Amino acid sequence: MAKSSEAQHPQKVFGWAAKDTSGILSPFHFSRRENGDEDVSIKILYCGVCHSDLHSCRNEWGNAHYPLVPGHEIVGTVTKIGSNVKKFKVGDRVGVGVMVGSCKSCEYCKQDLENYCPKHILTYNSIDNDGTRTYGGYADMIVVDQNFVVHFPDGLPSDAGAPLLCAGITVYSPMKYYGMTEPGKHLGIVGLGGLGHVAVRIAKAFGLKVTVISSSPRKESEAINRLGADAFLVSNDAGKMKGAIGTMDFIIDTVSAVHALAPLLSLLKANGKLITLGLPNKPLELPIFPLVLGRKLVGGSDIGGMKETQEMLDFCAKHNITADVEVIRMDEINTAMDRLAKSDVKYRFVIDVGSSLSQL
Amino acid sequence: MVTREKFIVQLMKLGNLPAEPENDVVEWRQGADEARDRGGSIKGITLTHQQKIQALEFVKEKMADKLPEEEHPKVAFGWAARDQSGVLSPFKFSRRATGEKDVSFKVLYCGMCHSDLHMIKNEWGNSTYPLVPGHEIVGVVTEVGSKVEKFKVGHKVGVGCMVGSCYSCDNCTNDLENYCSQMILTYSAKYYDGTITYGGYSDIMVADEHFVVRIPDSLPLDATAPLLCAGITVYSPLKYYGLDKPGFHVGVVGLGGLGHMAVKFAKAMGAKVTVISTSPNKKQEAIKRLSADSFLVSRDQDQIQAATGTMDGIIDTVSASHPLLPLTGLLKSHGKLILVGAPEKPFELPAFPLLMGRKVVGGSCIGGMKETQEMVDFAAKHGITSDIEVIPVEYVNTAMERMLKADVRYRFVIDIGNTIKSSI
Repeated sequence: MAKSSEAQHPQKVFGWAAKDTSGILSPFHFSRRENGDEDVSIKILYCGVCHSDLHSCRNEWGNAHYPLVPGHEIVGTVTKIGSNVKKFKVGDRVGVGVMVGSCKSCEYCKQDLENYCPKHILTYNSIDNDGTRTYGGYADMIVVDQNFVVHFPDGLPSDAGAPLLCAGITVYSPMKYYGMTEPGKHLGIVGLGGLGHVAVRIAKAFGLKVTVISSSPRKESEAINRLGADAFLVSNDAGKMKGAIGTMDFIIDTVSAVHALAPLLSLLKANGKLITLGLPNKPLELPIFPLVLGRKLVGGSDIGGMKETQEMLDFCAKHNITADVEVIRMDEINTAMDRLAKSDVKYRFVIDVGSSLSQL
Repeated sequence: MVTREKFIVQLMKLGNLPAEPENDVVEWRQGADEARDRGGSIKGITLTHQQKIQALEFVKEKMADKLPEEEHPKVAFGWAARDQSGVLSPFKFSRRATGEKDVSFKVLYCGMCHSDLHMIKNEWGNSTYPLVPGHEIVGVVTEVGSKVEKFKVGHKVGVGCMVGSCYSCDNCTNDLENYCSQMILTYSAKYYDGTITYGGYSDIMVADEHFVVRIPDSLPLDATAPLLCAGITVYSPLKYYGLDKPGFHVGVVGLGGLGHMAVKFAKAMGAKVTVISTSPNKKQEAIKRLSADSFLVSRDQDQIQAATGTMDGIIDTVSASHPLLPLTGLLKSHGKLILVGAPEKPFELPAFPLLMGRKVVGGSCIGGMKETQEMVDFAAKHGITSDIEVIPVEYVNTAMERMLKADVRYRFVIDIGNTIKSSI
């Protein structure tokens, strides 16, 4: 008989989990492994609420295993280190993002691209090396292999910095890979949510000219005055979209709803690149003529490797880039999830795990 | 058929319009091209007085336009499509005098590209008639302008898909004339002087030296002609998307004019090549003659499954609609699917494979002039030419029908030099 999640491992842990496809979260007692030679134990202070958490809890991708403890934007302090751990010491402020393991031997792992390792292990709802399920950061502590822990730079606040561990790296990585770091180039960012708003800040720090493309005209003031975007395009304003044809070197598309790619492709100059980060549940329609006649491309990207995640955090600390967050208590999570489903948040909820979990 | 003289007489009669015209009629045309094209044939329909005045004004304006024969000083002869039926027939026209930057040459061969077929039938909606196709043109220089530096009389040269661009935009200054928004196509496009360009199914060609490439003596002219479109169309993306690394595994979808060139170039660049095709009977050719390393029948699920995640890049030459998902599945992580065929309808793009493997779907369209010359030189160095069927110009309409059925291995090339004059 399989052991219950409480009895599987020696360390007792408390968190909140979704128990079924309703996705409603509630208190959950479980356990984590003993801190191994390569491991770092972390007392969790804050955990960002990523839209992926919502998709997973409600089984929208069809692969949820319950009970499911989400959370992959984790910031905390080190409480214990294994005998082989040299990079961290007790008391360090650290972060854990979307992955907690990989094979370490394939060509991707060797190139610091653990996120493309076919055997990479996700922070939650995945199977760990010992065959047990992984549980995420909506919990009081976590044990993680040192290679999947990053230093949290001094200048970054734990609450507003937590979302960088998923949203931040998800936009930073493609900006580097697809060559969007040349100052003066023009980047369009589609969607102004968790990913989009961080993308605006990082892009401005790279010296790019930024246009936000959104279906909500009311976001214009935010985009320009608060986030520093240079321009704002309402995507269903045909006239304005026409005026912007052939003006952008790159577009980062953060929207996960199914939407038309043709108007976005037309905004690109020749040799322009459209990078899609959202995961719609149906295929998108791709017109071929613009790709061929303008040598344009559509590419994807999925978070980033560990080395790059550390690099991204250091970059954000240097440029004072954080997310705009609404800090909530753990017991407010279900309301937050409902609001997130309606995009009613500017722009990330972050759970104050450290203060609110222990009181429950 | 009404001659131009009779047409003018009828127009002059119309000039004195009776108050309520009943018998004198002129066919109302919309569109400059049709007016020129149909100038010789008039059918009768009854128009109102106002319409006739409009028609007269319109046609008078068009009369100021010269016939193709009179536009330029050099007499030229070719085969043109007159309308959307796409049927080609002998056509007298003219070409400009050799300007100071121009290269004039006697056309010896011209490749038949599938684009020629699309254009003669106005399938892309932008054809102007009469249309002389042909953008895989090779020949021997007969005259050069006073400021021409790169070419001399007697040189073997070629002209591909473009004859002009703006020279000043970002793309032009980066040797990417093919992406210039004002790029001028070799045929059925408006040149700087306002006249329509005519392509290589003709006896002579005049082009700005910037858009002419030198063909090394070691390359046979007939089998080199297709390089000027098919060759550069696959060479350019192999380089731009980084698929030219020795040891890379490159897939080629479709084994036709473009596909067979892609196999040859990729092999010469040191790649392992897999041909992906719907026709199992092409396997022998692919492996034995073109030296592809392997062959996948795209409809065979087992074969496709077995090749999952094995390719660094795929060059997709097929323009008919087909699913992209199986092709993205063949790519390794960071793999690239490059489309060079241009179907009319959009494809479905599944996002998951792109994200999870950081894969890319991109397009490419011919190549810049510098790269086209580089490609020709590369071909000369590696002995790469196209597999062709040489035909006399009288066979051109039959060749078009066969091309439509993909019944050619793998490009028709018209023997202009030896057969065009004899068909006058």
